[in-house]
Amino acid sequence: MTSPLTDLLDTQGWVLADGATGTNLFAMGLAAGEAPELWNTDAPEKIRALYDGAIGAGSDLFLTNSFGGNASRLALHDAQNRVHELNRIAAEIGREAADAAGRKIIVAGSMGPTGEILKPVGTLTHSLAVEMFEEQARGLVDGGADLLWVETISAPEEFRAAAEAIANVGADWVGTMSFDTAGRTMMGVTSADMVTLVESLPNPPLAFGANCGVGASDLLRTVLGFTAGGAARPIVSKGNAGIPKYVDGHIHYDGTPDLMAQYAVMARDCGASIIGGCCGTMPAHLEQMRRALEETAPGPAPDLAAIEAALGGFSSASDGTGDAAPSRGGAGRTRRRARAKSE
Amino acid sequence: MSQDEDDLVLSELNDEELVLQMHDDLYDGMKEEIEEAVHILLDRGWQPYDILTKALVEGMRIVGIDFRDGILFVPEVLLAAGAMKGGMAILKPLLIETGAPRLGKMVIGTVKGDIHDIGKNLVSMMMEGAGFEVRDLGINNAVESYLEAAVEEQADIVGMSALLTTTMPYMKVVIDTMVEQGIRDDYIVLVGGAPLNEEFGKAIGADAYCRDAAVAVETAKQLIARKHNQVA
Repeated sequence: MTSPLTDLLDTQGWVLADGATGTNLFAMGLAAGEAPELWNTDAPEKIRALYDGAIGAGSDLFLTNSFGGNASRLALHDAQNRVHELNRIAAEIGREAADAAGRKIIVAGSMGPTGEILKPVGTLTHSLAVEMFEEQARGLVDGGADLLWVETISAPEEFRAAAEAIANVGADWVGTMSFDTAGRTMMGVTSADMVTLVESLPNPPLAFGANCGVGASDLLRTVLGFTAGGAARPIVSKGNAGIPKYVDGHIHYDGTPDLMAQYAVMARDCGASIIGGCCGTMPAHLEQMRRALEETAPGPAPDLAAIEAALGGFSSASDGTGDAAPSRGGAGRTRRRARAKSE
Repeated sequence: MSQDEDDLVLSELNDEELVLQMHDDLYDGMKEEIEEAVHILLDRGWQPYDILTKALVEGMRIVGIDFRDGILFVPEVLLAAGAMKGGMAILKPLLIETGAPRLGKMVIGTVKGDIHDIGKNLVSMMMEGAGFEVRDLGINNAVESYLEAAVEEQADIVGMSALLTTTMPYMKVVIDTMVEQGIRDDYIVLVGGAPLNEEFGKAIGADAYCRDAAVAVETAKQLIARKHNQVA
């Protein structure tokens, strides 16, 4: 099976993805609390500018402005009946921007989490989650997205639901999770767990990986975890440009273009082949990342000490994989009787 | 299978063993066992407030430590909190009847535009687990919603959560409005959410940024104690 993404990986060896959506839209005047997806119809010229920013900075692939475009999230803005429309238009604007670029650009239809917890821990049923993702996926495909891009997921149940929805639509896809809690996702998924999860799907993604989370160092530790966990397909690395700070009424990420350039090269050395930024990553960062990836020869994978020295410390001592993982019920207390659940 | 190694009969344990077993059962999210144990202790003449603090609050404190340390994650904590709530539901009317001491009251919600409430729900449950009263405003709260609830409840603490970089600046809108209305110092303002950090909390004028639910509980206790000292 061939797709524009695998073709590009074959010819170029790596792919530069895009940067932030939210941070860029804020810079264009999006107010806190507004739904970015509504701009697909209310301010399409700004969405085009967002995409053109990534293309102009050298990205080979960009995500559509549809991260929160599922019914659960759009309901906040009373736009739950516009799921297909808002996603279709997000992709249509993307298609136009990509086709006008003069080189091969991949339009990836962004699909973020529903914001709800699936059963059994939460209340959202699997079938309803699949339905919501499917509605969004259809809009993106109908608008001309080359593939779908599931991101910032923390629960394995939600990842599976998105995969099933995409299988129903019959599209190619990429899926990333956000490892922001002691090296795991909020729901406790480790990098190694995700490798197993991805390979257990009937329609595994073309590529998988990590996005957002806590800073570049943590993200690269996760990428190393993917390779150590036996990753059998291309790895995505989309890290934030530093950490968010509040400056003069808006959020500013403190990672410089130089830092992100260093991160991009190290991400490739760690084993990632689809490399981009997440929150705080602007066109200026992407330009430096592209230049660094083109001008630097690939090297051996850095160890954790080298990552820390170059990009800063980790948010936790362990990432939950290997022998160093803290054990459940540890913390030096004596457990009494852990009883099997009855029935 | 539940018959072999685990035919542990709660009512046969002495008080001390039972309370320790409750800590473990909370840790494992076993709601029915917690409810049963609460009834047993009540039958033995325990004060509702003692059951709350020695069994439930202490058990949730252990859960909070392992959550903070990256040993337990959200699914386990939600199950533990569910078990705690089962016990609390039995104790709550009795606590009101017996006029048990109150730690304080919190109004909490996710800010306008943000639907993500997992972290906020955890804070809400852990605060209840620690003995605070909590009014949960849910998701997508405008400034009016926070302030009306805070006044109505005579709250000590206003808690705000945001998971998105697109919504976190709204916290400052709420705090600025409190300042304008001259009521900022009437409340302890706690903020939290994945993209936040301590510096952000300071910059927007919150009393504290809380990294996770366990930290929120500890911070709330400290700031409440400080507030009481000031009044006294």
